[in-house]
Amino acid sequence: MKAVAKRLLTLLLTMILVSFLTFAAFDIVSGDPAETLLGTQATPERVAALREELGLNRPFLVRYFSWLGGFFTGDLGTSYNYRQPVWGLVAPKLKVTLLMCLLCFVLVSATSIPLAIWSYRWVGGAMDWLRTGFNQLCMAVPPFFTGILVSWLFGIVLHIFTPGGFPDLHAHPWGAFKHLFFAAVCIGIPRAAMTVRMMRSTVVEEMQKAYVRTAISRGNDRSGVLRTHVLKNSLVSAITFLGQTMAEMVGGSIVVEQVFGIPGLGRFLVASISNRDYPVVQTIVVILALWVVLAGTVADVLNQIIDPRLRTGGKA
Amino acid sequence: MKKKILAGLLVVASLLMLLAGCGNNSAETPEKRKAAGNINIGISQDLDESLDPHFTVAAGTREVLFNVFEGLVKPNAAGELVPAVASDVTVADDGLTYTFTLRQGVKFHNGNPVTLQDVLFSINRNVQGTDGTPLIASLGSVSDVKGEGNTVTITLSEANPEFLASMTLAIIPEDYDAQGTAPIGTGPYKFVSRAAQDSVVLERFKDYWGTPGTMNTVTYKVLENVEGLILGLQSGALDLVAHLSPTQTAQLNTADFHVVEGTMNLVQALYLNNAVEPFTDVRVRQALCYAIDKQEVIDMAFDGYGHPLGSSMYPAFTKYYDESLTDYYTKDIDKAKSLLAEAGYPNGFDMTITVPSNYQPHVDTAQVLAELLKEIGVNATILPVEWATWLSDTYSGRQFQSTVIGFDASEMTARAMLGRYYSQAHNNFNNYNNAEYDELFLQATSCFDDAQQTQLYRAMERNLTENAANVYLQDMADLVAVRNGLEGPTFYPLYVLDVSSLHWTK
Amino acid sequence: MKQKKWNGYLRVGMVITACMLLLTLVGLFYAPYDHTAMNKAEKMLPPSSSHLFGTDNFGRDIFSRVLKGAGTTLTIALSTVVIGAVCGTAVGAVTGYFGGLVDEGLMRLNDALTAFPSILLALLIISLTGPGKYNVIAALGIVFIPSFARVTRMSFASLRDVNYITSARLMGASNARILLVHMLPNTMRVLLPAVTIGFNNAVLAEASMSFLGIGVTPPDASLGYMLSESQGMFAAAPWYAVCTGLTIVLLIFGVGLIGEGLQARNREVA
Repeated sequence: MKAVAKRLLTLLLTMILVSFLTFAAFDIVSGDPAETLLGTQATPERVAALREELGLNRPFLVRYFSWLGGFFTGDLGTSYNYRQPVWGLVAPKLKVTLLMCLLCFVLVSATSIPLAIWSYRWVGGAMDWLRTGFNQLCMAVPPFFTGILVSWLFGIVLHIFTPGGFPDLHAHPWGAFKHLFFAAVCIGIPRAAMTVRMMRSTVVEEMQKAYVRTAISRGNDRSGVLRTHVLKNSLVSAITFLGQTMAEMVGGSIVVEQVFGIPGLGRFLVASISNRDYPVVQTIVVILALWVVLAGTVADVLNQIIDPRLRTGGKA
Repeated sequence: MKKKILAGLLVVASLLMLLAGCGNNSAETPEKRKAAGNINIGISQDLDESLDPHFTVAAGTREVLFNVFEGLVKPNAAGELVPAVASDVTVADDGLTYTFTLRQGVKFHNGNPVTLQDVLFSINRNVQGTDGTPLIASLGSVSDVKGEGNTVTITLSEANPEFLASMTLAIIPEDYDAQGTAPIGTGPYKFVSRAAQDSVVLERFKDYWGTPGTMNTVTYKVLENVEGLILGLQSGALDLVAHLSPTQTAQLNTADFHVVEGTMNLVQALYLNNAVEPFTDVRVRQALCYAIDKQEVIDMAFDGYGHPLGSSMYPAFTKYYDESLTDYYTKDIDKAKSLLAEAGYPNGFDMTITVPSNYQPHVDTAQVLAELLKEIGVNATILPVEWATWLSDTYSGRQFQSTVIGFDASEMTARAMLGRYYSQAHNNFNNYNNAEYDELFLQATSCFDDAQQTQLYRAMERNLTENAANVYLQDMADLVAVRNGLEGPTFYPLYVLDVSSLHWTK
Repeated sequence: MKQKKWNGYLRVGMVITACMLLLTLVGLFYAPYDHTAMNKAEKMLPPSSSHLFGTDNFGRDIFSRVLKGAGTTLTIALSTVVIGAVCGTAVGAVTGYFGGLVDEGLMRLNDALTAFPSILLALLIISLTGPGKYNVIAALGIVFIPSFARVTRMSFASLRDVNYITSARLMGASNARILLVHMLPNTMRVLLPAVTIGFNNAVLAEASMSFLGIGVTPPDASLGYMLSESQGMFAAAPWYAVCTGLTIVLLIFGVGLIGEGLQARNREVA
């Protein structure tokens, strides 16, 4: 119980630190929201009036704490660029990105774990060579390069989905799904390859440990040992890694959303940063940070269920 | 083992078939849009925070709202002002009194008729502004706005040939406070919905007083990178995208698309900060003008599309535009070098060119300029910055050496183009400071005679060229990619896209 | 027999990487064309004997640009990884070995930085420093510190109470000596894969930054910058994207194989 409380506290602390850093960073960065909104039509008077209206003239700490206060009471503020509540703007984008990342996560887990186990058969030999080479090749393909090729091949030539025309999630769920599927594949290929490689090397390492040798020398067959002992032990690192994948996918999605024209969180974040729409940026950053931290936490909790030895907490 | 691989391949293949097969019944295709009389237009910039027409800032917002709102008069494709919400305009001989007769039967999108009160409200809102200063500069001379029956009479304190252009200001209903999010006007298309960073939907207004449009639903799709727009065209998600460059339209298959060429109606130039060394010296600025062959820039970066310019005025302003200034400086490397030597830079110098990184044509132009400047020993470094940074540091803060950008006119007046080079103008971002120019500007703005005012504005143009205020380049070509079967895009001398002129062929 | 096979990865990786390095080195002194020279008569030409990779929309020779761009990308990626690994290991060593409040504090900051989308962090740093090659290196270097710190901290922490370290301490070895001589070599096992993955990520991150318009400044060209440029002309000049993209893939592939080989060799030795 105490461990859980401590966890939650650290989580909260991290989030507050993240939000503070973002707030502080944008205070230093060049580019003023009022000037950006008014563009080349800006006059000093109009800029001053707008700054006052947006509350930008208040001191830094006052602004931060009023934002933080609002955050804890469920008020995420109003977008400068749309004059609408931030949550209403962000929620539909979050849905899209969440769906894409889940899809990608499922694809990565569903392909990498079986592949890792399957590939264990070939330690050494030509097939191992081929496998490792292919694996490394997949890791080397930047998602945004695959993105260009995939949207050209499946979008323009084969017309399976419509790049640049993301359909409405509710009106055309199937069209939206196809769009997200191809994006998820592009993000997923290198991540799946990394997972395979990581899991495989854990399995290989584990197989060389004394307990496995003992088990085999006692007459157990290799694949039996693999299934009963080794897999369970290598699952821990696999879950940790998949947790990391979940976290890093968000970063990868930012660029892939640009390539595929998906109206998700990443694209909205980039646009809001260039518009200096701080309330939106602030909210998205906190959501992404929460995502990253949660992914790690879930992985840890899962691991503690699988391997009770880890339950003593971070005293290693 | 082989079986397993084969099985794997089969799974992948059937998955793709599934994806392909189930797709086409739910997806929107150009054919379906054509049948339904709908159109999808791609835009690269989301609209302003507020859709209230009196407070729009970005040209991209004006471009869309042009279809939703009308003023008492509105511009036509030739750039002339024609009656709209007013059916008739008479101007008194002294040029001080304008009388507008309201058109009968004009309705707002919410079904209510346009009343005299609405018109007076709309005009007064612009005259008074939020803090007493008019929202449009040329309304400063308005001394009185009166309404009676179905006529509106506006009296000016001094004659102003540019006044009528300001009466394109949108007529909006008086008792309506959601103009910013759900705008209501009198135009041929009514606003339906908008999704941030995604789309804006307009619908044909059935009760429009004039010739209604033929498109039923117009969807603007926002895709901030141009590559996305091109992909959208190719994949069938979009039917029309304007403001493309030749490199971009070259991507399109001519079996599906045709390209219509117009002009952007802006002045693209290498704007030089006249208050920063070495551009304080007119000889250095002239040297740059002699070093750069405008046509070379247009050929290199824009495949020859574009109209070379010599001053801060583009050809659509037929009244003010002076074609002879274009060839004032012809490429002459020796002359450029000797001017640099005179100014004390015999070996050239280092400079930076700031460009907004989100706008590829300007970045491309800067790259060509950097190459051309090498010939006179000037070593130019390109500094791409975010648009927000450009606005605050370069434009408002005036912290830059040179920048490539295009300026358009927010209204059809010469003042909108030339006013910024007056030394005291708040938007004189390149710090042009020339006593003769200031003198001309003050004369022109207080001049009541149209012909004389035109002469003054032309003299101002010449002044900018002779003193090499900037390295003027071109009015960029505005290439519009149009899906075959779609007809009727018309070009205006303003930055607008008239949707009601578009139609699918039978 | 087995030894030879393992080192195969290393050998192939070395050969690929050496070829890439050699090409970029040659590119520094000699390229078929000036990589910024424009030619309006030769726009968007497909690959041929005079232009090995074809030309772009300015008529620039893509092969020469790839040579230059690969050099820039390598410089950025290597510097980034070096900065990240050195600073990250230092942080990891201090926090992992000493523990306590410093550990707690630095790790919270580390968590917060990790929780940031890396591209956002890079964007912020670039907004402060302005764009350009060296600023990109600085920004990415900082972005990469937390991940290295986390990996090495685990390793240092697990070694802290190992017998031979305890005995070294009892024998009076200084903390610095213990960290550098006894512990650092043992963290190589986790550091090496982290470095190869880091290199991979650095190339990708640079490409992403260029794609978002905050990367290197033209006429400097990096592979990422060129790839984002090429996306806009994929239909008319697919060779631009393909040649640039494949160069990136080869670069990462070579280094990845080296990592694989090194790891395999470590495993053999252990």
